[in-house]
Amino acid sequence: MTADALLDVRAVTKRFGGFTALDQISMEVRVGERFGLIGPNGSGKTTMINCISGTLANDGGEIVFKGVKLDGKKPHQRTRLGIARSFQIPKPFRSMTVLENLGIALEYASGSAPGEVHERGMAILETIGLADRAGANAGSLTQIDMRKLELARAMATQPELLISDEAMAGLSSTEVDDILDILFKLNEGGITIIMIEHIMRAVMRFSTRIVVLDAGRKIAEGNPDEIVNDPEVERAYLGE
Amino acid sequence: MRMPAIKLSAFWICAAVVVLVGIALTIFDVVAINKFIFFAGYVVLQYVVLATAWNIMGGYMGYVNFGTAGFFAVGAYASVVLYNLIEAPLGLMIPFSGVVCALLGLAMGYLTLRLRGVFFAIATLAMAIVLETMIINWDFVGGATGAYILRSREMAPFGDYIEFLFFVMLLLAIFAVAVARWLELSKAGRGFIAIRDDEIAAECAGVPTLRLKLVATTVSGFLMGVAGAPFALYVGFIEPSSAFNLVYAVNAIAMPMIGGATTWLGPLIGALLLGTVQQVATVTISSELNLLIVGVVLVFFVIVAPEGIVGLLKKWLGGRRDDR
Repeated sequence: MTADALLDVRAVTKRFGGFTALDQISMEVRVGERFGLIGPNGSGKTTMINCISGTLANDGGEIVFKGVKLDGKKPHQRTRLGIARSFQIPKPFRSMTVLENLGIALEYASGSAPGEVHERGMAILETIGLADRAGANAGSLTQIDMRKLELARAMATQPELLISDEAMAGLSSTEVDDILDILFKLNEGGITIIMIEHIMRAVMRFSTRIVVLDAGRKIAEGNPDEIVNDPEVERAYLGE
Repeated sequence: MRMPAIKLSAFWICAAVVVLVGIALTIFDVVAINKFIFFAGYVVLQYVVLATAWNIMGGYMGYVNFGTAGFFAVGAYASVVLYNLIEAPLGLMIPFSGVVCALLGLAMGYLTLRLRGVFFAIATLAMAIVLETMIINWDFVGGATGAYILRSREMAPFGDYIEFLFFVMLLLAIFAVAVARWLELSKAGRGFIAIRDDEIAAECAGVPTLRLKLVATTVSGFLMGVAGAPFALYVGFIEPSSAFNLVYAVNAIAMPMIGGATTWLGPLIGALLLGTVQQVATVTISSELNLLIVGVVLVFFVIVAPEGIVGLLKKWLGGRRDDR
């Protein structure tokens, strides 16, 4: 583990019955990094995220965040430690407004008093570009706005590490740029970001370092140029 | 905060007025009313407590508890136990029943909250049946034949003992509604709603979902137990099939649904309305008609006003929230 590692994943294994979804994966995410996690469908990306955020328990290996072992910690405890995630399929609190959605995270994860929720929530919505929808019902948002809400709610937990799980899937090209801009902005603000994405153009542009998973194994690691030219990666995506 | 300070006092002013009216009717007999009103009113108020208690889990958090009758009966039988042991007065029975049922709620929560949706509902229903079987086989509280509790005829300064029980239930109803309202407006209440909307997202937003769910089952259990505590005194005789009657479970679900399950006001309105209709129907038409009424009204509301009377009122008053 290097000195500036924020997240250290050590030989993590996850099995579902006889199926090994993650096979001894090790990777390290450094402070301030823009980290890409890619791989074909079913390669274990989301399983990895679930193990890091705690919605799944890993069967082997360990995950260390800021020097703290995460094993046995519940998702909400990991959130409070500074790990936030967005969901691939948006999970807004549908009966609440956009601002109230952030309020939950602000109150529970970053310890805001009820009186501070409005101001702090609006500041985040301003950054994400969702301020004009603050009073809208979360369930009535468009797809792009729901993705933004996912990011905004994750930001409201005051994370040090933000895991963006396919925040751009299904969006148009301008919308993808929109989300990319937001993630760049958040990263400039000091937040380490793990991006899981299928849209290569976005991952390659965004990431400083990339890990490629295939069928539960890590097959490559490097900067975008190295990844693009890696024969193993090509094989994983295109076949022999 | 959603509720401005002025509304907070309005709630307590209303509560105080209700208590004063209760005192005026039961102690000072300001209006001569049929004694039956107190008898029937007790049942309606009991449903206010049960519906409000159910709504903490079912309405705020989305966990449908079919075991209301189990909690209610355990509350009633806890009183019988205390009575058989030390002939305890009602003032002791109520907190005792509440605590017993709070612990029952905590245990049930711990054992069943990993289950979701219909599986949770079935587990709570099964729990009620297990409890009933236990009581049936427990001779100390009368077993299947039931047990008598002797109550005094008079209860000064109240007109008679039923008036006293009516007044006690009135206080319990106010207590239950106040607790539910306080929870709803608190940080915990907002957490409940997050759990209802999406439990995994709530957990990842920092909400300690298991702890909050246990708080809800415990508080809900406490209130249901409290509602059952005076039951044996009210009827004078208690036996398992009446205490564990499925009607309690059905009504406790139907009343919040009809009133509107998302706020404390919903179960209150639903219980007052449906409870009163049931009592009137019992006297004027037939006592068997109760459940039919519940069924018909529930079907009507599920189709016409899925968010209950409160939801309907909100819509008529502008539906500001939806349009923005």
